[in-house]
Amino acid sequence: MHSLLGVLFDGLAYGSLLFVISVGLSITLGLMGFNNLAHGVFAMAGGYLLVTLMGAAGLGFLPALPIVFCAVALGSLVLERTLYRPLYKSTPLIQVLLSVGIIFVATAGANFMFGSGQQPVVIPEWLGGQLSFLGLDLSRYRLFLMAIVAAITAGLVFGLERTRFGAKIRASVDNQRMAESMGIRVDRVFQLTFALGSGLAGLGGALGVDVLGLDPSFAVKYLVYFLLVVVVGGPGSVFGTLLAALLLGVADVAGKYYVPQFGAFIIYAAMIILLLLFPHGLLGRRKSK
Amino acid sequence: MSEKLSRASNHLTFLRTLERWKPAEIVFWVALVAVQFVFPTSLVFASQILITGLFALSLDMLLGYAGIVTLGHAAFFGIGAYTAGLLAAHGWQDPLLGLVVAGAAAGIAGYLSSFLLSRGGDLTRLMITLGIGLLLFEVANSAASITGGVDGLQGVAVGKLLGLFAFDLYGKTAYAYVLVVSFLLFAFVRSMMHSPYGLALRSMRENQVRALAVGIPINAVLTNIYTLAAVIAGIAGALLTQTTQFVGIDVLSFQRSADLLVMLIIGGTATLYGGFVGAAAFMMVQDRLSNLNPQYWQFFLGVLLIVMTLYLRGGLLGGLGRLAALCKRRRDKERS
Repeated sequence: MHSLLGVLFDGLAYGSLLFVISVGLSITLGLMGFNNLAHGVFAMAGGYLLVTLMGAAGLGFLPALPIVFCAVALGSLVLERTLYRPLYKSTPLIQVLLSVGIIFVATAGANFMFGSGQQPVVIPEWLGGQLSFLGLDLSRYRLFLMAIVAAITAGLVFGLERTRFGAKIRASVDNQRMAESMGIRVDRVFQLTFALGSGLAGLGGALGVDVLGLDPSFAVKYLVYFLLVVVVGGPGSVFGTLLAALLLGVADVAGKYYVPQFGAFIIYAAMIILLLLFPHGLLGRRKSK
Repeated sequence: MSEKLSRASNHLTFLRTLERWKPAEIVFWVALVAVQFVFPTSLVFASQILITGLFALSLDMLLGYAGIVTLGHAAFFGIGAYTAGLLAAHGWQDPLLGLVVAGAAAGIAGYLSSFLLSRGGDLTRLMITLGIGLLLFEVANSAASITGGVDGLQGVAVGKLLGLFAFDLYGKTAYAYVLVVSFLLFAFVRSMMHSPYGLALRSMRENQVRALAVGIPINAVLTNIYTLAAVIAGIAGALLTQTTQFVGIDVLSFQRSADLLVMLIIGGTATLYGGFVGAAAFMMVQDRLSNLNPQYWQFFLGVLLIVMTLYLRGGLLGGLGRLAALCKRRRDKERS
């Protein structure tokens, strides 16, 4: 019983992390239909930035996080302008190729600058260790992760449902041409959303150094997971992404815990089956074109 | 009426000119035959390039002609490679038998998985093909007692070709064997792409709804092109096994699918020759650069991909074609 709850807890923490990283991809895919396989690169950049900030600059863990978020968001704006924007209207194949190219460059760059080993990160003392709760030993860091994700989700949902900018995003996702003719500058909306999503991915990457690990192959290793979360959740839906991320996190941790001999087999099989049953995602918005 | 007739016959001549073997194509294959005698020391490498080119041709059928984006094509290459390897390791050592069985095995897998592709859009297809590829890799990895797992399949011994020619260390037999098989399959694919079936494929790529409206059975076409591409990929895998007498688990890896896509794009899609040209360019540069430092190679490849997607569509052959068109226009202008 305890192991079951423990697996559930770890799975939820893992899923929360997947959510923070993937939610930006979900919005960019839903909004612009851009098949950006290189989203994990932003998470990786966030991770390396955190390690550098804490190591070379001697910053603390908490103050480093907002810096990582802003820096990755700003960096992604530059990439959006120079590389992504010219290809919004091209075919999925071209977009996939561009993002594979970005992954290659990022992987080789990370390898060159930081070496191929795993990067260590020192979590502050008050976040380390376990917390006993009803006889369960819960890792404080994972609790912290879940709290952050809850806060981000609340912020995103509030922002999307209750603010003017959120309304613009929803309008653009639902019907881009109509939104444009109502005077919404869709490209500006997209640019800001892209930066926000990449910043969140960077934040997720930074938070995840301790859980997911960090090495140059990060962007490829977790590529499938991020895409899976988005595709299963349905592009453009925050709740769908959250649900998919948590489900996937629990399924992956449970699979590795109970049937380790199958390895990653379960996750891929689950993906194929889910995609066949729900081609538009669990809670996908159907685009009205 | 007569105008209509002459226009129809114009279309016919146009299609006939497309179908005819051009001088450049004949030169291409003659040059490949010449490699056998001119570069006798690098025949092993040359046959690997040819095999990869054949594999890229099978991807071109899907990607270039039918417009199906796949990231898991190595699955069929791997199935072919393992089938041929297991056959040879368990006593059936005739290479041609191995080719046929490997092609059949990959074809069955392709036929079955094609039904998974008939639903969903490009992204869903991409994920499903990626998932199948990764799944097979995991299967081969965990079934180490059969496949040898990470260490690869050992003890592959291939018999004499037609009972006459043994596979030698320098790859003389291997190269000739690969060249003949590649040419036969290429000629088959070429005539298929110039047939009405090939036109149906292309119209499906351009606009599915209209293709359906003019009576092209989209799902059936998708199923059989996917199966055929899988058969050819499987045969390419079997050729690699038979010429190297070894199967490594990397035949199924994601990297192989991704590299293949890159090669085809470098060469140019929907040109039939793009796969061969791309494979040759890719593997020769890789051979040089990886010797310096594998990271340089990856970095260079990434930059190349980004530049190509932004500025150079159509790959090497597309660029050559544009150059030729430019020269022709200039010549026409001078003449007038």
